[in-house]
Amino acid sequence: MPKLDFDVINLGHGSGGLLTNKLLEAGVFDVLKNPLLDTHHDGAVLEMNGQMAFSTDSYVVSPVFFPGGNIGDLAVNGTVNDLAMCGAGAQYLSLAFILEEGLPMAEYWDILISIKNAAQRAGVQIITGDTKVVERGKGDKIFINTTGIGAIHPRADISMQRVRPGDRILISGHIATHGIVIMSVRQGVEFETTLTSDTANLNHTVLQLLDTFGPDIHLLRDPTRGGVATVLNEIARDAHLGVEIRQDRLPVLEEVAGACELLGFDPLYVANEGVFIAVAAPAAAEAMLEKLRSLEYGAHAQIVGEVVETHPRQVILHSQIGGRRVVNMLTGEQLPRIC
Amino acid sequence: MKFLSEYRSPELVDQYLRQIRETVRRPWTIMEVCGGQTHSLVKNGILNMLPPEVTMVHGPGCPVCVTPLHLIDKAVWLAEEQRVILCSYGDMLRVPGSRKSLLEAKAAGADVRILYSPLEAVTVAQENPGREVVFFAVGFETTAPANAMSVVHAHQLGVQNYSILASHVLVPPAIEAVMNDPEARIQGFLAAGHVCTIMGLHEYHPLAEKYKIPIVVTGFEPVDLLQGILMAVRQLENGEHRVENQYSRVVRPEGNPEARRVIERVFTLSDREWRGIGTIPNSGWEVQHDLSAYDANRKFNVQLEKAPESPDCIAGLVLKGIKNHTNALNSARAAPPPCPSARLWCRRKAPAQHTIITGRRVSGSTVYRLPSTVYRYANTLSDA
Repeated sequence: MPKLDFDVINLGHGSGGLLTNKLLEAGVFDVLKNPLLDTHHDGAVLEMNGQMAFSTDSYVVSPVFFPGGNIGDLAVNGTVNDLAMCGAGAQYLSLAFILEEGLPMAEYWDILISIKNAAQRAGVQIITGDTKVVERGKGDKIFINTTGIGAIHPRADISMQRVRPGDRILISGHIATHGIVIMSVRQGVEFETTLTSDTANLNHTVLQLLDTFGPDIHLLRDPTRGGVATVLNEIARDAHLGVEIRQDRLPVLEEVAGACELLGFDPLYVANEGVFIAVAAPAAAEAMLEKLRSLEYGAHAQIVGEVVETHPRQVILHSQIGGRRVVNMLTGEQLPRIC
Repeated sequence: MKFLSEYRSPELVDQYLRQIRETVRRPWTIMEVCGGQTHSLVKNGILNMLPPEVTMVHGPGCPVCVTPLHLIDKAVWLAEEQRVILCSYGDMLRVPGSRKSLLEAKAAGADVRILYSPLEAVTVAQENPGREVVFFAVGFETTAPANAMSVVHAHQLGVQNYSILASHVLVPPAIEAVMNDPEARIQGFLAAGHVCTIMGLHEYHPLAEKYKIPIVVTGFEPVDLLQGILMAVRQLENGEHRVENQYSRVVRPEGNPEARRVIERVFTLSDREWRGIGTIPNSGWEVQHDLSAYDANRKFNVQLEKAPESPDCIAGLVLKGIKNHTNALNSARAAPPPCPSARLWCRRKAPAQHTIITGRRVSGSTVYRLPSTVYRYANTLSDA
């Protein structure tokens, strides 16, 4: 962290004047350095060709720092992943901060470094941004918005219309981890092992799957807020088809399952950050699973179920003891400010 | 997860289902008393695995459902008019009062906090010495020790800005109310394992004798429930009516005397209104008079007009087992405006944790700090 003559954020840092410039020069511009950002213009000027995906998301997670990451990781990975779910590789991001007066510079700095590292891992450049400061008590430390743009993979053909009966449903990794990590920090629940958030950039994994399987991937979704149950219900609703999943196939870490028992949550409804759901053509599903398991963040992937023609718009879970039940969409808010 | 996965074994489930099928000859209607058991029956899809002769009826054992309207109004009033810090288990927040729910009061600016344990509320009181902190102490016998403990704790620490809005209800009077209702045709009960962990079995022997019904104290996992159902069906087929303990790995016949001592120190028997059922004599607990400084009812001069329950409310019928949840949901959807209580059937609680009561760890490897009782916003109850 550079030596600065202030150790907390104050209102002047959002003024657009001298203090803003000091903060940017020593911070964002230097840390996130790239040719497009270096122009210091109001907007980035760039060349793009072909089909693009474009996505925006705001991040308000509380607490700002949690085991396995902080709001900065989420802000980069979240938008990168939203683009990946469109079949696109994120190329450029915007980055906008809303800071609360009194935020310690040290925390701001840690977040900025996380943003830099996350952007590097994802191979994405931050090319424009904004910094605003609100009075103490009018925000909660830091809110971040990122918007991303990237080219669609040439072999991608992803849309709800392509979901067909018989399609298999893949989940790329352990579910419910992020939500339980956040919840355990808030509730003071401790774990014997170190449980960390699964926040991760999924773009490389998804693009490699698209390289190999292209149009056999019918749909991609990341089950963040609302969890796996909500995404599956959206698929059933929007595709006018049924979804069947098997409880014994759902990948859940043992300590996460234990915490869910204790805190009274169903892992299907708990938020994820570094997990995606793929709906795949049945003939390609097994090979896709094998490939996914060999890729980054895919080691624990499973085929958890399939799309069916019976019971349209309904998600049915086959419980591990052989029973059946309807899995509904999350009603209300299970955990506020999870991302 | 040790002590859990064994009770979710598909092989054992099959074995008990087979035994139930082999045992049952006539149709029987059995009520599971506890909302946690209902939740497990639905979550695991057990209801449609049972032979058609066995009908399970969901009982009154959900504190959220039976908490009367005016008590929710009182909690809202304390949070809004008295500006107290109102602490509550999560699912009480969405229960509609006559004007609004606690969640709506929170959105409008009241200081309403979701906690997992009343002991945390005492800490909140210590951290906010200038403000009154009230814990909305709902629940059956299961949550009573922790709620009582918070009063003892506050008393010992000299915390004067803490009180509880107690709404404790008791299982045995509810069983009597169900059996005394001429419309209810319950032939056997699965009693709530966690309640008996605290209270023991002695209260249930006279009930089994008086009403000639089998009462099987039952746990919450699939194998527990099926074994409990089998035990009840066996008694019914043999014309027996005894108290049996399926949940013997947790429940001792004498209960937990230490927990009961804490309860007796803090609470005393009182008449209690049950939402949709009405007042049942000696069916609840209120704070003892010498501890009235910790009783929000007495500490704050609550003057609220008692709002009438919606005429569409079918809570009573559901709670007495005359209507079941799924029907209740359907009729709630059909009736404009939807009955506020029927909306409650959308939310069930997870079983209270036996851990704190018995001192055993349920999910072995995971948890150190044990919340006393755990509720959750669950999914809509419906059968596949």
